[in-house]
Amino acid sequence: MEMLTSIFAISLGAILTNNFVLSQFLGICPFMGVSKKIDTAVGMGAAVTFVMGLASLVTYFIQHLILENLGLEYMQTVAFILVIASLVQFIEMFLQKAMPALYTSLGVFLPLITTNCAVLGVSINSVSYGYNLLETVVYGVTGGLGFMLAIVLFASIRERLEFSECPKCFEGVPLAMVTAGLMALAFMGFSGLQVW
Amino acid sequence: MMMNVLAALLVLGILGLVFGTILAIASKVFEVKTDPRFPEIMDCLPGANCGGCGYAGCSSAANAIIDGKAPVSCCPVASAEAVAKIAEIMGVEAAAGEREIAHVICNGGTAAKKKFEYIGVQDCLGAMKVGGNGPLECAYGCLGMGSCVKACGFDAIKIGDNGVPVVDPDKCTDCMQCAVACPRDLIVSVPVSKKVFVECANKQKGAAATKVCANACIGCGLCVKECKFDAIKVVDNVAVIDYAKCKNCKLCTKVCPKDAISPIATKEEKEKYKAIKKAQAEKAKAAAEAKAAEAAKASAEETKENA
Repeated sequence: MEMLTSIFAISLGAILTNNFVLSQFLGICPFMGVSKKIDTAVGMGAAVTFVMGLASLVTYFIQHLILENLGLEYMQTVAFILVIASLVQFIEMFLQKAMPALYTSLGVFLPLITTNCAVLGVSINSVSYGYNLLETVVYGVTGGLGFMLAIVLFASIRERLEFSECPKCFEGVPLAMVTAGLMALAFMGFSGLQVW
Repeated sequence: MMMNVLAALLVLGILGLVFGTILAIASKVFEVKTDPRFPEIMDCLPGANCGGCGYAGCSSAANAIIDGKAPVSCCPVASAEAVAKIAEIMGVEAAAGEREIAHVICNGGTAAKKKFEYIGVQDCLGAMKVGGNGPLECAYGCLGMGSCVKACGFDAIKIGDNGVPVVDPDKCTDCMQCAVACPRDLIVSVPVSKKVFVECANKQKGAAATKVCANACIGCGLCVKECKFDAIKVVDNVAVIDYAKCKNCKLCTKVCPKDAISPIATKEEKEKYKAIKKAQAEKAKAAAEAKAAEAAKASAEETKENA
């Protein structure tokens, strides 16, 4: 029961309260860059969820089996970047061979997230929060889902904004920045949520 | 202290080495055999992923070319040299096609009557949703909101002086993204050398068409009669030019009672042509009469001789 509660709390936190994009401001680059259309936003969100889940799993082992044993916790960032980059590269090659259909839908986005800070953030956060293996993976996947929620919402707003009239100087990216800011404000409303 | 630095170096070095080796092995194990022609064809294609060929992007177009599903000239943007190079890679002859450009077949603009003044979303599809078929009386005419202008990735189409988009023939690559964006289907692809266009798509009968737009084609068929090359036909009350036959003689523009065929002839030009035609007709009539008289004379002589 206690485990279920903690998993629920972690999921709620990763998706809403401490949303990676809108509360922790991680992964802003793809959030701005790949959010012009809903379909590409969904593709990007799925790719990020996938990579974040896997990366949190792999970095858990790197942290606890290698770095902690050797007292090298301070090399965490560098080691994680190395691991995540090679992992994504490996997955890309694997998908291209084994699952061409998934590769064509995710493939374009995978290289974009090799060193995405949200992916690195999820690994480092789960270490600093002291999560166990299950909690780490749940945190990774739900963090990705939170990213997907944010980017899909944002893309649907941006699709609407395309058709609205606004001052010339605000067209495009400036308006997107303002929108992102307002969305972050809206997500602050979740900060009151508390689980037990 | 020294030990710490060494350990860090060693661990990261080993980690890097291990991952590097895994990736190297993986790249061999998971190697996907691509056609050697693929990268070569990709080099010839523009790489703008505009979608003008009907495929999802340049790489899917290249795959379609290799599979023989698409002709080597399927890319409307690629230059003639690039197409020739692709043909060489594929080992086939390139059909030497003339470069085509987009053209807007409406000359309504300010001449088209308006039902009401539209001040909503600046988008053609948006305008069309209002008031039953948009702000124009004409259900076929260009709305002039510039959806095609926004769709153009080459900055080749601009709203002209009379509110109707004009294509810059030098910049247009015939990717036809504008045609996709046009909710009225007013943009067609025409060979770049052709200069004569029927600038109307109104399928209503003459009287009704005139009522909604001063420049509308009324389907009278004068141009059809005038064309020496049998290149114009009236289909659904609109004249349509067959560009395989059109020779750019522009005679049709001079007989058009409306300003529906561009380059639009001025009144003087039309009058002048009418006068020339009248003179020619009189001359032909006179010649025919003379010929008839001669023939009658000859036959009369013949009968005389026979008698």
